[in-house]
Amino acid sequence: MTVPPQAYLVLSAALFTLGTVGVLVRRTALILFMSIELMLNAVNLAFVTLARVRGDLGGQMAVFFVLVVAAVEVVVGLSILVHIFRTRDTVDVDEIDLLRG
Amino acid sequence: METLLFVVSAALSLLGGVGVVAAREAVHSALSLLVVLGALAVLYLTLAAEFLAVLQVILYAGAIVVLFLFVIMLLHARDPERRPSPVSAQWALAIPLGLLLWAVLAYASFELPGAAQPLPQGFGTVESVGRELFGTFLLPFEVASVLLLVAIVAAVVLGSAPSRAQTASPRERASAGGRR
Repeated sequence: MTVPPQAYLVLSAALFTLGTVGVLVRRTALILFMSIELMLNAVNLAFVTLARVRGDLGGQMAVFFVLVVAAVEVVVGLSILVHIFRTRDTVDVDEIDLLRG
Repeated sequence: METLLFVVSAALSLLGGVGVVAAREAVHSALSLLVVLGALAVLYLTLAAEFLAVLQVILYAGAIVVLFLFVIMLLHARDPERRPSPVSAQWALAIPLGLLLWAVLAYASFELPGAAQPLPQGFGTVESVGRELFGTFLLPFEVASVLLLVAIVAAVVLGSAPSRAQTASPRERASAGGRR
């Protein structure tokens, strides 16, 4: 392992930050979902890096379960999104404010 | 060799990440996400996670991005309004906050002690991951299968609802129309 593990972790932090900024600034619900995927992947990279550093497969198991949960989240989230689009004709998160008090 | 792979993949994934956040069209965001996922799969290979690299390509790049593309085509073909976005103030606030977050996370990651340890034989291959998965992590694995079943049922229920949605929609549409 010639590249120091810290480099991987800094890359992971950068990807996580990009995902966070995406969630903060975008208004299209689809792109919000993709930003969340970006954050999940950044965390996965950190898990794999630490699994490699410690020589422990537990980190890779965590990534496996994150993959499963991400798949479930995308399926349910996108079907809710399609449903919202059918009834409201928009996927702009600023327009979807039925629950506003 | 590993350094070269790391630099290229890291640059690609960062470019792709910027593309996901900054692209105007949702399709471009999805394709940028694909670039990120591919670059991360390469990085997993350099980190001795062969099985996860394959899973990343099959599951993420193969299934999830395709799902995203389908939904984009479903929604945006009928989404005519494309106003200029009034979020420059949000950008101005989000970018310094993002840089701050990155600085904190990067600082924390430099606390990691020492270099990598030598790996046992066959670390990260399908065999070792499978043994771990069906040994120590058997219960979470079974729970994950139940979770996937729940997701399938939820997707079927949500996806097959247009008849019910149409019967319930006049009130919905009235309230939505009144708000515009």
